[in-house]
Amino acid sequence: MSTGTNAPQARRYTKKDFESDQDVRWCPGCGDYAILSAVQKMMPDLGIPREQIVFVSGIGCSSRFPYYMNTYGFHTIHGRAPAIATGLRLARPDLKVFVVTGDGDGLSIGGNHMLHVLRRNVNLTILLFNNRIYGLTKGQYSPTSELGKVTKSTPLGSADRPVNPCAFALGVGATFVARTVDRNIAHMEETLKRAAAHRGAAFVEILQNCNIYNDLAWNLLYDRESKIQHELRLEHGKPLLFGPADDRKGLVLDGVRARVVRAAEIPAERLWTHDEHDAAAALVLASLPSPEFPVPIGVLAETEAPVYEDLLLEQEQRAVSDRGAGDIAKLLVSGDTWTIR
Amino acid sequence: MSETTATVPTPAKPRRILDRAVVRFAGDSGDGMQLTGEQFTTEAAWAGNDIATLPNFPAEIRAPAGTLFGVSSFQLQFGSRRVYTPGDRLDCLVAMNPAALKVHLPDLKEGGLLILNTSAFEKKNLDRAGYATNPLDDSALGERYRLHKIDITRLTVDALAGLPLNAREKDRCKNFFALGLVSWIYTRPIEPTLDWIKKRFTKSADVAEANTRALKAGYHFGETAEIFAECYGVEPAEMPPGVYRSMTGNRALAWGILAAAQRTALPVVYGAYPITPASDILHELSQHKRFHVRTFQAEDEIAAVGAVIGAAFGGAIGICGTSGPGLALKSEGIALAVMAELPIVVFDIQRGGPSTGLPTKTEQGDLLQALYGRNSECPVVVLAPATPGDCFFIAYEAIRIAVRYMVPVIVLSDGYLANGAEPWLIPDPTKLPDIDVRFRTDPEGFHPYAREEATLARPWVRPGTPGLEHRIGGLEKQHITGNVSYDPDNHDLMVRLRAEKVRRVAQEIPPTTINGPAAGDLLVVGWGGTYGTVTAAVEDAQASGLVVASLHLRHLNPLPPDLGQILHQYRRVLVPEINSGQLVRVLRAEYLVDAVGFNRVRGVPLTTQDVLEAIHQMVEDKR
Repeated sequence: MSTGTNAPQARRYTKKDFESDQDVRWCPGCGDYAILSAVQKMMPDLGIPREQIVFVSGIGCSSRFPYYMNTYGFHTIHGRAPAIATGLRLARPDLKVFVVTGDGDGLSIGGNHMLHVLRRNVNLTILLFNNRIYGLTKGQYSPTSELGKVTKSTPLGSADRPVNPCAFALGVGATFVARTVDRNIAHMEETLKRAAAHRGAAFVEILQNCNIYNDLAWNLLYDRESKIQHELRLEHGKPLLFGPADDRKGLVLDGVRARVVRAAEIPAERLWTHDEHDAAAALVLASLPSPEFPVPIGVLAETEAPVYEDLLLEQEQRAVSDRGAGDIAKLLVSGDTWTIR
Repeated sequence: MSETTATVPTPAKPRRILDRAVVRFAGDSGDGMQLTGEQFTTEAAWAGNDIATLPNFPAEIRAPAGTLFGVSSFQLQFGSRRVYTPGDRLDCLVAMNPAALKVHLPDLKEGGLLILNTSAFEKKNLDRAGYATNPLDDSALGERYRLHKIDITRLTVDALAGLPLNAREKDRCKNFFALGLVSWIYTRPIEPTLDWIKKRFTKSADVAEANTRALKAGYHFGETAEIFAECYGVEPAEMPPGVYRSMTGNRALAWGILAAAQRTALPVVYGAYPITPASDILHELSQHKRFHVRTFQAEDEIAAVGAVIGAAFGGAIGICGTSGPGLALKSEGIALAVMAELPIVVFDIQRGGPSTGLPTKTEQGDLLQALYGRNSECPVVVLAPATPGDCFFIAYEAIRIAVRYMVPVIVLSDGYLANGAEPWLIPDPTKLPDIDVRFRTDPEGFHPYAREEATLARPWVRPGTPGLEHRIGGLEKQHITGNVSYDPDNHDLMVRLRAEKVRRVAQEIPPTTINGPAAGDLLVVGWGGTYGTVTAAVEDAQASGLVVASLHLRHLNPLPPDLGQILHQYRRVLVPEINSGQLVRVLRAEYLVDAVGFNRVRGVPLTTQDVLEAIHQMVEDKR
């Protein structure tokens, strides 16, 4: 037994401590490498002993993630990671649990579980890698693929409209919703740290590149010129501004309708100021169509709500403190009994 | 704990002593027939009888009044000898309306006691039941049965005169009038019901008074009305001494979990999506948070099993309860638990199928689903309780096996066991076997898929344990290391190891009990909820001189190690089941024995008479 010597709290970690001994098997050039690196890098900053961290995933390229983290990990079945993580939190509220999923895993086969884990506000950090394609099954369109997407399974173009992950999460009552980009390491780390610190279900959409089946799907935010035009960095309490320095644009909100304006042509107080605590405004923001509107990245909303397992465990503790711990011997003879001699 | 010694009232009329009696209360789903039956059951239990019950109700919550499909009934058999089943044919039928009469009359014995509530036999109800003429006017009814036409509604309302209740509230007390009357006919004590009324209606003294008066009015009506020439007694049964309570299968499953939770001092996560007839387990457990049972009403069946797997991964006891359609949805999750070698327990309270089928009716149609209903080679342990009270021990045993062998265990109960009740000798929980929970904490030489020799169990590790960080999942595992492996020989080995691990559970199974001679003409093999019927039929056959034995399987996978040898000691083997022949297939395949099925799939328990006839046929067929 060497438990005493491993006393966790004193330990200072580096990125290396979170790298497992398994060979990483994503395709060369996959955006997942950058995400893995960012996650491993921000882990030491969480201040949580490594053995108290669990990564749970479903199925898909993204869901290989737990194998590469030197923490506890569970690579489960397609779409069900939120449900499995919920049960883990119910059993072990002392653990820090991450869910890693993708656009197919989390929003197609597992869409129902995603809805419920978010509305229940289970204390989980959920990373949804959105590459708008099915990679592991070799290139079918996904629920986030744009309408008319030509793939192996839709040679004439897909006929179903895509879901917007952040708008979905906000719509079902998620208490933390953010978006970040695999090619923006610093932003990714910052956003992931914020998500991991949130108490409740934190949902992060990571725009991720599949260089094999859907290369440059997010080029709007990759290309240097395009990025300047289309990326909207969210900062709490700051006006929503984007575009090149010499032609700054801003968003204004008329009722629930957003408009793009030239920043120079409008008084600063008329601009839409980002308020993370306003989930309704965040829903409008998350739902803005691109490329007519910019793509917001950063924390869309962070609100407070009771955590599901906290409420359940409070009930349990109250039951024990009010009436004492359960006693099966007493229960068996409670109510109507009779004796045969 | 309230403890009472049976007191049987002394009647003013002649009392004839019976061995046993089968009584059924039937009426509209709003008539309170379930409650009436349950109370009569309690009265018979207090009188010291052995009992078996059969509640039967429509799937519709508020079925239209007076219709055939809205009829709800409760049947019980009580006796001074051992009672194994709720009984085949009725000695007494109480029909509160024409629809109840129409549905249940065929089950009444010729010469049986028939009590009809006359005021319900009016045009609207007769039309709804499809009676062209009023059966009350049919003289044949009075010739075939001992018919008592009683205006129960009016007598109840009269008895409640002066109470500040409206007509509808008074009408609702008529079931207790009927209960009082039947209590008098069978001289069962009404004290437990009076007690129950007192406790149940603490908030409304008037309603309590009304029900008390209705009950007593019914009782005294039997005593004073000139229409009943005699009443009946059923002496206390010879039962093992001890403290008893009435137990239903679903409650027993829930309490078995609580017993295991307390013994292991582990939290339990019970995941469930509401489904008939399993939901009562969820309801029951949600009242017992003091045992650290965390009930999770999931968004669907798949999430329920998922949460339970997550809980097991976290080092808690993970259990879910469902019925056949839900078991189908859980297949992939159960397979994950097989691959990840995590201990979970799944209760399947079988009901009529396929698809939505007969949600409130019983069946044994899920045996093959439990054994084989998953993709690829995916063995799990399968257990089945024999009686409602046995559900307690089976739930406990399932948990014990799951954590000892790190395997999923499926428990096959059924609608009959779930809702049926029996007098249950309360066990001493300290005498239950130990549950061997050992969490690995030592990093020295740790491998996630290294195995214990006796059980082939892999180590159970609670996340949070320093130095044992590891990853598991649904991909094939390399032997010992648990790393992902696509190696052909490794896969072959792991398929065999997973099967062998389940096979080794056979060492937990006690020697099989044979009810009858150790060799002979016929062995009747039962499993699950047919225990009572099979045992009753075999004992009747033995009493008539046949060389017949029976045995009952509580372990369906693995099967008892001594079973093959036993099967071959008899000329013929008969396997009665409420399906089209599932266990019989398994026995034929496993043991090359020419077993024959007896199968009825009617949504109700097999009748003792039918099984008895099948036994006679088999024995007389000298091929």
